[in-house]
Amino acid sequence: MAFALKAAASTAGSASFAAAGPRRGAAAAPGRVSFRGAAPVVAVRTAAAAAPAAAAVAEDKRSISGTFAGLKEQGKTALVPFITAGDPDLATTAKALKILDACGSDVIELGVPYSDPLADGPVIQASATRALAKGTTFEDVISMVKEVIPELSCPLALFTYYNPILKRGIPNFMAIVKEAGVHGLVVPDVPLEETDVLRSEAAKNNLELDLLFMSVFQVLLTTPTTPNERMEKIAEVSEGFIYLVSTVGVTGTRANVSSKVESLLQDIKKVTEKPVAVGFGVSTPEHVKQIAGWGADGVIVGSAMVRLLGEAASPEEGLKKLEELAKNLRAALA
Amino acid sequence: MAAAIGSPSRAAAAAAAPSRSSTARSPLAVLRVASSASSAASRRGAVAAAAMRPAKAVAAEAPSAAVENGAAVAGMARPDTMGRFGKFGGKYVPETLMHALTELENAFHALATDEEFQKELDGILKDYVGRESPLYFAERLTEHYKRTDGTGPLIYLKREDLNHTGAHKINNAVAQALLAKRLGKQRIIAETGAGQHGVATATVCARFGLQCIIYMGAQDMERQALNVFRMRLLGAEVRAVHSGTATLKDATSEAIRDWVTNVETTHYILGSVAGPHPYPMMVREFHKVIGQETRRQAMDKWGGKPDVLVACVGGGSNAMGLFHEFVDDQDVRLIGVEAAGHGVDTDKHAATLTKGEVGVLHGSMSYLLQDDDGQVIEPHSISAGLDYPGVGPEHSFLKDIGRAEYDSVTDQEALDAFKRVSRLEGIIPALETSHALAYLEKLCPTLPDGVRVVVNCSGRGDKDVHTASKYLEV
Repeated sequence: MAFALKAAASTAGSASFAAAGPRRGAAAAPGRVSFRGAAPVVAVRTAAAAAPAAAAVAEDKRSISGTFAGLKEQGKTALVPFITAGDPDLATTAKALKILDACGSDVIELGVPYSDPLADGPVIQASATRALAKGTTFEDVISMVKEVIPELSCPLALFTYYNPILKRGIPNFMAIVKEAGVHGLVVPDVPLEETDVLRSEAAKNNLELDLLFMSVFQVLLTTPTTPNERMEKIAEVSEGFIYLVSTVGVTGTRANVSSKVESLLQDIKKVTEKPVAVGFGVSTPEHVKQIAGWGADGVIVGSAMVRLLGEAASPEEGLKKLEELAKNLRAALA
Repeated sequence: MAAAIGSPSRAAAAAAAPSRSSTARSPLAVLRVASSASSAASRRGAVAAAAMRPAKAVAAEAPSAAVENGAAVAGMARPDTMGRFGKFGGKYVPETLMHALTELENAFHALATDEEFQKELDGILKDYVGRESPLYFAERLTEHYKRTDGTGPLIYLKREDLNHTGAHKINNAVAQALLAKRLGKQRIIAETGAGQHGVATATVCARFGLQCIIYMGAQDMERQALNVFRMRLLGAEVRAVHSGTATLKDATSEAIRDWVTNVETTHYILGSVAGPHPYPMMVREFHKVIGQETRRQAMDKWGGKPDVLVACVGGGSNAMGLFHEFVDDQDVRLIGVEAAGHGVDTDKHAATLTKGEVGVLHGSMSYLLQDDDGQVIEPHSISAGLDYPGVGPEHSFLKDIGRAEYDSVTDQEALDAFKRVSRLEGIIPALETSHALAYLEKLCPTLPDGVRVVVNCSGRGDKDVHTASKYLEV
């Protein structure tokens, strides 16, 4: 589940905002886990907020739900890459965002490094630890994002854990993010049942709120009745897209995406017309091609991107490899 | 539910009492307590005696009332259906875990009313864990805190250190292992800091023939090499966690990640009253036997209730275990003692309730040690068991409503108590427990004559001898 958070002034036009959800790249150490998924998503309608100083930029027309809707009309699948801010450094992150955009990403998800990333597998954990060790703060990330967003053509979603939001106060946090021009917000550790506070705080902040939907369905979970009921319940109240986790959680140990994703996609499509994006263990052009072929509306690639940037011998080398992967993934989705 | 699961174990504890009094270690203690208590009572002034009387009268009716009202403080369920204690607690976890938590909560509620389960649990607590644990009158410690005019409080120790594996941790571990068996889960995972919860979990897994994997910070594995060996000896696999700061908080995150991945086959035995709902409630329920026995033993020994309860607080399981039974008894003071490390005004402490701010860690909202950016701060304590940046949500609740008091003592004060209690009582307490015992130095001078203080002697200190030897001259 998730939210779309709209500035009151921007209700005309597209009805709601979906946000890009958690993504999961493949390639993690064997036996390790990752379960990013269930992220509530707050899509922030930025309207005229982005880059007010930039001449002639009257309104930011980018939106995450609009992007998905547009692609759907064209029968295309969205490419949603994820990288960690500040790994190896923020200057490289800024360059990476531009490269990913230029390579045809449809939505970019940017992870704010956190000390205790419960929902992350080892690749992104290590990445966050490196970024924090470099002294990357939320303020630094916001400053960088504020400069880069006007130069991007695709919308950007921030991925952050709940505690840094709480620390600043929810209304204050929302205002900061909105002012920076960010289009969406992904919070992996706030499930449906805990969103009331976020919603009421947003309302107090005079922000119109739509409950969106984002959830995770573990393919191999052998208790189908409850997850199905829950899926339907969430789909009913949601307006965004559905995030489908392709595995029970271990990233990087499979050569192939589970074929159960196909039948699960079909199940979800029976109960909702909303777009469905698949993440978790998605790392290669073959994977994204296969998933697109099964009818997914988007693919989310995380750890594979993060690893290229974080483990390269130099930032330049990392950016070069990132560009190569993004191009290959894009080509596979064409 | 609290009452339902509680009453059978209360009954079992009662049944266990006679057998305990005939064991080798008890008779002496009982005799000593009896004579000391009566002489203390005769010494007590008329004013203090009068002050004790209402407490006695209330206590006589308390057990049944407490069972009925066990879940209410000021009309509030603890926790509510969302797993909240006021604003604290809840389930701040990825969606993937929600189903598993619901399943666990349902299983817990079902077993709470399952007589067969309760019977099996009670039998194991008695014959395997060795419950009930004695309520021991610490005569020389009491003497130590007497003022020059001969007045002072009476100090009792709830001897959880005499449990199998040497700490209260086994109460929860054994109950959750039984629960896992009922759930048909053969694979057990747990996190551990000092290794006490890991040892308790490895022990019950050996006892029940369950596969056991313990996540432990790489740094803690070095600090607690002996416990790593114990766990491996018991057949557990100990997995080093290198992420983050390689300590308890990272081991906990890793255990949660494992659980999410293997939830179909695996039960996660969380070791404290922390984590997402239902863990804070469930772990408390499995430890509340500590307070229930204390109430009955107090009634047997002096016909009343304790006046003050003192327990150390890291995550807070031994404290909740002792406090829970008495939360509705407004005339019983509840005091939790945190680890101040090098001092609460330094950056090396673990005094979460004293110095933390409200935040979310490991699935629940509670006080949390964090920096200005909302990043979790690595705590410090000489005691690995208190070295945790969070705290159980119910403690945050009890603090905020003013029902319980929380204070802290430093590494040095804990070490002093470690030595003092060893020499005065012939009991080597765990360094965690030493924090509660150290607090007596601050507390006792403020208490009227004859006030009865029960300190939860939550664990024995054998595991800490190596650490303490680096600091203490003996």
